[in-house]
Amino acid sequence: MTSAKPHAIEVKDLVVSNGDVTAVRGVSFTIPQGGRMGLVGESGSGKSMTALALMGLLPMGWNTHGNILHDGVDLVTQSDKALSSRRGRTLSMVFQDPLSSLNPVRRVGDQISSVIRRHTGADKRVAEAQTIELIKQMNLPRPEQLVRAYPHEISGGQRQRIMIAMALACYPQLIIADEPTTALDVTVQKQVLRLLNGAVRDRGSALLMITHDLPIIAAMCDTVAVMYAGRIVEIGPVQEVFRNPRHHYTRGLLDSQPTMDNIALDGSSRLVSIPGMVPPLHSLPTGCAFNPRCPAASDKCRETMPELGTDGINAACWHPIQPAGEVAAQ
Amino acid sequence: MAIYALRKLAFFLGAVFVASLAIFILIRAAGGNVAAIVLGKDATAEAINALAHAYGLDQPLPVQYFNWITNMLQGDLGQSFRTKESVADLVTARLSVSVPLALSGLLLGLIIAIPVGTYAARNVGKPSGAVLALISQIGIAVPVFWAGILLSVLFGVKLGWLPTGGWVDWRESPIGAIRSLVLPVLSLGLIMAAVLIRYVRSAVLDVMNQDYVRTARAVGMTRTQALLSVGLRNAALPIVTIVGLQIAELIGGTVIIEMVFSLPGLSRMILANVAAREVIVVQSTVMLIIIFVIFVNFVVDLLYGVLDPRVRNAA
Repeated sequence: MTSAKPHAIEVKDLVVSNGDVTAVRGVSFTIPQGGRMGLVGESGSGKSMTALALMGLLPMGWNTHGNILHDGVDLVTQSDKALSSRRGRTLSMVFQDPLSSLNPVRRVGDQISSVIRRHTGADKRVAEAQTIELIKQMNLPRPEQLVRAYPHEISGGQRQRIMIAMALACYPQLIIADEPTTALDVTVQKQVLRLLNGAVRDRGSALLMITHDLPIIAAMCDTVAVMYAGRIVEIGPVQEVFRNPRHHYTRGLLDSQPTMDNIALDGSSRLVSIPGMVPPLHSLPTGCAFNPRCPAASDKCRETMPELGTDGINAACWHPIQPAGEVAAQ
Repeated sequence: MAIYALRKLAFFLGAVFVASLAIFILIRAAGGNVAAIVLGKDATAEAINALAHAYGLDQPLPVQYFNWITNMLQGDLGQSFRTKESVADLVTARLSVSVPLALSGLLLGLIIAIPVGTYAARNVGKPSGAVLALISQIGIAVPVFWAGILLSVLFGVKLGWLPTGGWVDWRESPIGAIRSLVLPVLSLGLIMAAVLIRYVRSAVLDVMNQDYVRTARAVGMTRTQALLSVGLRNAALPIVTIVGLQIAELIGGTVIIEMVFSLPGLSRMILANVAAREVIVVQSTVMLIIIFVIFVNFVVDLLYGVLDPRVRNAA
């Protein structure tokens, strides 16, 4: 009997809460080995909390329920000590702001090599040689000098490459990147993404890319999950979801992306935005959480919460948007 | 780092100069006729003039200031009008009491405050953390002399383990000297610890929530490892600053403790000389203490540069 290839991560009914406040309300998804999933949504939709829950790095007071299956264990049930032996080795994370995320009083080379030594038991010299090699792979100039620099002495793009090197140092099965380029200059964003993309591919790692930048998802991921108010409202292959969004929230997100077509320099911008705001976690509307902002909301939407996968459609919506093709055929 | 250190040295020297000027003006210029003060209100004009002339007190103030400074730089701190003892001798005799008292008190405070403050930060929001915060709060409210009296009543009077006061010279009996210092150091250290615990706790709390501690955990440290190796190293910066600022408190504390335990330390000498109107002794000794405080802050600044690469690069 051949068992199916294990997934890089399998998340089932993940709930993240702190007392009465629930930031993630039953999220499920699977990323196969080497798969790439994008997680999109506005600020406060629960993307980052989902990522931190996977890492076991939630702030004090937050609790996780559900299952997070990774490398043969359920991470939810693991102790901090057991999790720490996996973090940086089988799963790792690249954070948003590389300046605040690197230890300000330690040389960047030491920060990378200590990760290698911790997880591989390599001696100091071997780890340092590997660090230089990693830095070279990150396309950073003069690796021998760079290892001796402190985080504040290098540029934002360089810092983020150091973060990526740290995260990739031990060839993890899964890398979580939480808005890895948001804090960077536009000019270096693309370089850093290209580098992350290539480095993840070279290692055969799976990637969970968290961003609100849809073109990044389109370029780097094969599936996409759209989060709203702590739930996944639509999930599917990137091309399909972006071409034919079924959920009105996904549609709204796509419409509010600036492109050369909808930005008019004369000020008569045709850029659409979703009316209203993300509801606060402690006072979510009943039914579909998106209903107050949704153009298609009906009484049913205000009463009952739609689930993903009803009628074989991967959108949690009572009135999914009909694909353009089907409309034309009718 | 060298440039940074030089800058701080220049700042140190500048501060010492300003302090010396301030003391001189406060004590000499604003204090009136020194010779008249020393001799008291019954002295004759001739006696006052004779004393003033003998000690150069009849010269213009800038000249007096210049003489005082140049003599100090050569190690001559002046002498007592009454006993003719040199201030340098007076001071060094007292340092063998005051220096061990102050340093051990500070050290004890740190030895208690760093682990306890870290523990309190880790257990914030839990009963154990709240109890520690409360104890520290009470410790801050307790005056140092009262702590001294309580300890002396308990260990000296009730249990009879240690002397309630007095001093045995080091040369006479080192163990005796240590025994007379235990209770004073304990009172000073506990009160220092109470204050420092609060600062250590808030420094560690602040650092614990920093992104880089989360990163340390994200690459394989447990919560405790991240706190101890990354957190405390970063929390050292604010803690060192507070220790520098507490030095003045520490000296104030030793004055009181030396009185409570009747130790023949520097502070008691100064108080006695204030009462005896020994202007020169007071002026020079206070200057020495101020130099010490500024020097400690200079060392703190240097330590800051050693601990934080961002600080030394900023120079």
